[in-house]
Amino acid sequence: MGAFLQYTVIGLTVGSFYALVALGYTIVYGIIRLINFAQGDLSMVGAFIGWTLLVSLGFQHLPLWLALIAAFVIPMIGTALVNLGILQFAYKPLLHKSLWAILITALGMSLFLENAALQVWGPSINAYPPSMLPSSGFSLGPVHVTFLQVALFLTSLLLMAGLYAFVHGTMIGTAMRALAVDHDAARLMGIDVDQVIRLAFVLGAMLAAASGVMIGIYYTQIQFTMGFLLGLRAFTAAVLGGIGNIPGAMVGGMLIGLLESYTAGYLSGKWETVIVFGVLIAVLVVKPTGIFGERVAERM
Amino acid sequence: MALLEVRDLHVFYGNIEALKGISLDAEEGEIVAILGGNGAGKTTTLRTISGLLRPRTGTVTFQGRNIVGVAAHAIVGLGLGHVPEGRRIFTILSVEENLNLGAYLIRSQGALLRARKAAVYQLFPRLAERKHQLAGTLSGGEQQMLAIGRALMSDPKVLMLDEPSLGLSPLLARSVLKTVREVANDGTTVLLVEQNARQALAIADRAYVIETGRIVLEGKASILATDERVQKAYLGGFEAMTSA
Ligand SMILES: Nc1ncnc2c1ncn2[C@@H]1O[C@H](COP(=O)(O)OP(=O)(O)OP(=O)(O)O)[C@@H](O)[C@H]1O
Ligand SMILES: [Mg+2]
Repeated sequence: MGAFLQYTVIGLTVGSFYALVALGYTIVYGIIRLINFAQGDLSMVGAFIGWTLLVSLGFQHLPLWLALIAAFVIPMIGTALVNLGILQFAYKPLLHKSLWAILITALGMSLFLENAALQVWGPSINAYPPSMLPSSGFSLGPVHVTFLQVALFLTSLLLMAGLYAFVHGTMIGTAMRALAVDHDAARLMGIDVDQVIRLAFVLGAMLAAASGVMIGIYYTQIQFTMGFLLGLRAFTAAVLGGIGNIPGAMVGGMLIGLLESYTAGYLSGKWETVIVFGVLIAVLVVKPTGIFGERVAERM
Repeated sequence: MALLEVRDLHVFYGNIEALKGISLDAEEGEIVAILGGNGAGKTTTLRTISGLLRPRTGTVTFQGRNIVGVAAHAIVGLGLGHVPEGRRIFTILSVEENLNLGAYLIRSQGALLRARKAAVYQLFPRLAERKHQLAGTLSGGEQQMLAIGRALMSDPKVLMLDEPSLGLSPLLARSVLKTVREVANDGTTVLLVEQNARQALAIADRAYVIETGRIVLEGKASILATDERVQKAYLGGFEAMTSA
């Protein structure tokens, strides 16, 4: 029982990172039916921008609150700009062309980001400052929870709540949901569809970047290849929850995190990836609309 | 100069010429009906006016300004509202959210937005009762009311309606068209595309008849209603209209 709860704590922490990345997949898919395969690599880019600030530029020596704000906000903005660039130069020219062209381009963008990061930051494993946050924690019965886990989990929840409030509580958020149904009808409301699509790319990238920085802080090391498996796990999470469905991505992320943690705990870490992709295939075969169902209506 | 002047529109879908030189006018406060059989080009005409389609040649002049090439979302802001064919309401949003989006361009003016919403609810009390319901769960007639109400939220000078009575019971169709007349009486210009020619001509001031992308007849609605050709093609045998 103690072990189970311990794995649960770890699973929820890691799952919250997956959920953030999964939200990016889901938001973009919801409005333009594009699987932005670069989503995991955006997270990597965010992690590296954060690393550059904290380590290379020495932000880690600033007061903690200042270092943290800089290490989240700047990577979020930088990664958003990267994603806007991808939208503008890679996806935009293809938006009304074949679905295959854009899907392959998305895979290409993933490789592009990975190789660009290799050029900029090199192939080595880069260490995040280990002692930024206290490694201490507290015990809840048999379970040990670190303050870091709590802080990261709460940060994820806060970002997700913020996203939810934005999408459901503002007019632009409502416009994003309307785009999931009908682009032309949205235009007839006076909605600048291109602007809302750009906003979706910005939000998706910001959430990915935040998760990247948190992954860096949690595992204390990052590498240019980290986005690949992260992206596939998050994609699985999005599909599991029902792609296009925002609460689905949140729940899906947590479930994948838990599944992975239990697998690593009870079987072996070697099985993690096998199990995750087993889930992906099983969902696609048995219930392709995911747990919550694809909320988005058919656009055609 | 008329409020809306369409001149010699040529619109293509690929190599197919759907509009072969459409010209029409709408004066302030009048209801102009556009009649024609399936595939005549009525929807294409409205979509071109509202900027969803771009004509190869021709002009759309609204309040003295050529709006060809202006983005569809900006054309709404100029005062052209469009209730598209098939309603196309946002099914996964609530009734109220649908209406709010109709006023997207004035979203920062809360008081004005609420006032317009109140006016729409007064016009369609059914929508007020169902404001928290998902739009996709409304009946066909209610969805049509929502589509019209949503377009009215932008307080358009010209309201274009594409077959608002389609799929409604005769009773409901009459009531929707009566509402259209009320909207026009308040000073809004209406461009009304209808298959239901008899009822459209009953509320319209003037009408155009389109056949395969060309205007073949135009004139006062009361006169067209008695025109032999119109009677034969669109008013006489109901079979002629339903045998699509
Ligand atoms: N997206 C499209 N691609 C190709 N051809 C189209 C497209 N939309 C319409 N058309 C063609 O253009 C012509 C005019 O169509 P339009 O929809 O404007 O007719 P309509 O008068 O509105 O007909 P209905 O009363 O059936 O709605 C038709 O021949 C139609 O087949
Ligand atoms: Mg039509």
